[in-house]
Parts: sequence; C-alpha cells; structure tokens
Amino acid sequence: MERNLTMVAMFAALIAVLGLIPPITLAFGVPITAQSLGVMLAGTVLGAKRGGLAALLFLGLTLLGLPLLSGGRGGLGVLASPTVGFALGFPVAAFATGFITERLSRLPVGLAAGAGAILGGIGVLYLCGITGMSLVLGRSWGEAALLVTAFIPGDLIKAVLAGMLTLMLYRARPRSVLSRA
Amino acid sequence: MLSLTAPHRTRAHGWPAGAKLGALACATILLFALDSPAAMAGAFAATLALYLTGGVTFARAGLRRLWPLWPFVAILLAWHGIDGNPALGALLALRLVTAVALATLVTMTTPLSDMVALVQWLATPLRRMGLNTRPAALALALVLRFVPSLTMAAGRLRQSWRARSARKGPSWRILGPLAVHALDDAEQVALALRARGGLIEGTTSDGT
Repeated sequence: MERNLTMVAMFAALIAVLGLIPPITLAFGVPITAQSLGVMLAGTVLGAKRGGLAALLFLGLTLLGLPLLSGGRGGLGVLASPTVGFALGFPVAAFATGFITERLSRLPVGLAAGAGAILGGIGVLYLCGITGMSLVLGRSWGEAALLVTAFIPGDLIKAVLAGMLTLMLYRARPRSVLSRA
Repeated sequence: MLSLTAPHRTRAHGWPAGAKLGALACATILLFALDSPAAMAGAFAATLALYLTGGVTFARAGLRRLWPLWPFVAILLAWHGIDGNPALGALLALRLVTAVALATLVTMTTPLSDMVALVQWLATPLRRMGLNTRPAALALALVLRFVPSLTMAAGRLRQSWRARSARKGPSWRILGPLAVHALDDAEQVALALRARGGLIEGTTSDGT
C-alpha cells in the first residue's frame, strides 16, 4: 500500500521532471519534449491503475497552478487552451498504456511495453488531444488531426525508448516493475 | 518549488479561492454565449483592464503566459480568413485568448495552499462517506518533494555523463539511470513510511 502510493507520486514527479528537459528539435524542425515519455513509462512500469493515477495526480497538480507542463505551462488556463485534450488525455493514455502492457504479459517485457506505449501513449493520447483541439478551435476532427501529425514521428521515438527503458528497469529492478509483478 | 502564483500580492490574492473559481466558471460560460466579434473584443479589453488593476509588472507577467497561444491564434485567423469568414476567425481567436487569460488570472492570484484547501473542502462529502482522503493528500505532498529531488538527480547524472563523454549536451542516455534512481527512491520512501506506521495509522488517528 505504501509502495503503491510512493510509486504513484514518484511517477507523477517523473512526468513533471521529463517535461522540464529542454525540447530536442528533430531534423525537420519539430520540437519534441520528453513529457509524454513520462506518461508512457507510468503505464508500462506501474500498470493501468497506478499509472493512470500517477498521470491523474500530475494533471491535478498542474491545474492547481504548478508550471509542470512542458514549456512551464500550468494553471486553469490549460483547460481553455487548444491543447486541453492532450493534458486531460494524460491519465487516460497512461491507463491504456498500462492496460495493454499488462494484457501482453506473454510477450517479452520490452515488446509489450513498446506496444502499450504506441497504442496507449500515442493512439489514445492523440485521440483525446485531437478531439480537444477540434472542439476548442471549432474545426473538424480531420483538420485538427492535420495540425498535430508532425509530432507523431517524435512520439514513435519516445515509444521505442519507453519499451527499451522498461526492459532495462525490469532487468535492473524486477520487483519494482509493478506491471509485471 | 516555483508556482504560477504572481510573486507580489494583489488585492485578489486574499479573496476566497472558491469565489474566484465560481466567478471564472460563470465568466467562461458567458464568453461561450457571446457571438459577435465586437462583444468579444469588449470582453477581451475588460480582461486586459483586470490585469492592469494588478499593476504593469503583474499584467506583463500574465500576458507573457499567454504567448504560447500565438500559433493557434494565427491558425484560427488564417483558416477562417481563407474560408471567407474572417469575422468568425476573429471571434474564436479572441474567445480563446480571453478564456485562457481569465483562467490564468485566477491561477496567478490564488496561492497553491488556497487551492489545496479548496480541494480538501470539496472532498468533505467523500470523507463523510467513509473514504480516506489522507493517501491523496500525502501523495500530493510527496510529488512536491520528489520533483526537486529528481531534478537534482538528473543534474548530477548529466554532469557525470559530461565528465566521461567527449560529446556536449545532455543525452537520453541518462534516462535509464534516472528511472532506476526514481524506482529506488520510491521503494525507500515506502519503507520509511511503513517503518513510521504506514497509512493505516493515519486513518485511525483521523477518527474517520
């Protein structure tokens, strides 16, 4: 019980700290931040329930006024901005990532985590994000999707990283990777 | 840790957080009911005036936080302009900026402690129903402590990586050790919590 609590809090903090790392610019000029890597890791390492709770805790602290979203954003303004779907999608995406990682327990850890990160951390997150953007900007879903496609290659790199990191963690600390425990 | 609350106090810092949030909700609903660009421009001007009542430094700090919206404003204006409806583009862009500005204003004038107190008050019915909200409060406090400690650990790892490597700049290579560090820290804090009686003790001492 105590372990669940500290793990959830630690991954909420990890999502925040990864968002503070300055963005890397890809070859074609799109900045990528490591924040969503934290969301993926919360799911792949902690599993659906705890991973979702970690991202939810992170979202709660952000809305209360801590500048933890990448680029130092935070506060209630997030709810009115076009990226609201991505912020609200974090807990959903972490839950989905963890759910898929847990379901694929027959596959090797790295593969299961990578698949979870792609389907949950990219698929589900973009579904939420694009829906929010299309509502706030008053444009169709397809038009909103066009605006964010440039970020998908960066997120694929992050999903692969999430798979590799989860495998490494599983080798280094098998007991702490709760999605497999 | 830094928060988005404005450092120098305005009169609004002392107002109850619940009232400010309620007013924000009403104002936002009102914004979405307005459908003429002129009225929306008026709402935007009124919001700017609200910022200026906090002083010029305060207003400038607030407006700087709206800066990340510019690509969306540009997209809205360009898109609806091409569609032959620039008035709609202006309406949507003004509404977006005004809604975010109002919400940011509440965040800037409400200390984190007030927000947390409000959340605790809102959770009162849950406690009455027998739900223990202490773990949630503890988790919140733990995150506030873990963020600076993880940031420091990342800094140390980056430094030692630089000392070993000929290449400059931070690398994704520190992510692995950083994640291991995070897991170990969480395990140790869990152990420390358990050694001090854990979470169950809190439930009984609360009397709930």
